[in-house]
Amino acid sequence: MAKIRRLVLDILKPHQPNAVEFACYLADLTEDARFKLTVTAVDKKTENIMLEVEGSDLQFDILSDGIRKQGASIHSIDEVDVDGSPAP
Amino acid sequence: MLFANNSGLALHLNQARSIARRYLITNGFDGALTMLGLMVGFQMSADTIDLSIAINGCLGAAVALLVSGLSSAYLSETAERTKELHELEGALLIDLEGTHYGAASRAIPVLVALVNGLSPFVISLLIIAPLWLVERDLVLFPFSPFSVAISTALVLIFFLGVFLGRISNRFWLWMAIRTLLIAMITVAMIVLLEIGLGRP
Repeated sequence: MAKIRRLVLDILKPHQPNAVEFACYLADLTEDARFKLTVTAVDKKTENIMLEVEGSDLQFDILSDGIRKQGASIHSIDEVDVDGSPAP
Repeated sequence: MLFANNSGLALHLNQARSIARRYLITNGFDGALTMLGLMVGFQMSADTIDLSIAINGCLGAAVALLVSGLSSAYLSETAERTKELHELEGALLIDLEGTHYGAASRAIPVLVALVNGLSPFVISLLIIAPLWLVERDLVLFPFSPFSVAISTALVLIFFLGVFLGRISNRFWLWMAIRTLLIAMITVAMIVLLEIGLGRP
């Protein structure tokens, strides 16, 4: 089964929670993953962020659900690194 | 874990802290001054007024402060949060109802209303307590119970000032003296008014 090793997501989020709280919240949802968050644009009520996640087996559903619950939305999935392994 | 309260909803509820703190001071001060005013009024007629009448009057005012605090904060905060939520939904182009943001928008008015209603109520009960203790013959004060209640009110107002000083990072004693000074001015105004009306 294919395993997601790396994701780069373009996200639109409210100012609250802030970037540190947002990244820590997502990091607590996933095991063995490294997060890098970059704020790319700040608007009056929202901010755009680029979220880079690296891990051995990233669960996209859990991540996207966590992002949605914080009131943010994924604009686009910009990069994906996947390792494939043939079914036995 | 970097944050002690990193759960999704807790992150949003943290926003309510400063609002609740503000309401705690504002309405707590309201309650303390209202009771102080009542006690000063009763003290000036201490010889003629029945203790149970004074307690009932003060309890009535305390309950009114509780209901007023609960309802006013709930209504105003709900309206403010709903407006903010709709504006944010417009900016994000998504429905925030099922998110932690939406849940916090519903929970924050309740939390803030509880603080706003309970702070004057609890402070009022503490100020009324000496009257109740004397009425039930549980304590015998060397002074009039109204004087003890006035002292209790002044001590509570002093501590509200100390709390204000701590949250504003200013010298606590200066803030406490300022709040106490406001209370003393209130007492002076009531006494002067009563004397002016020929009441004592």
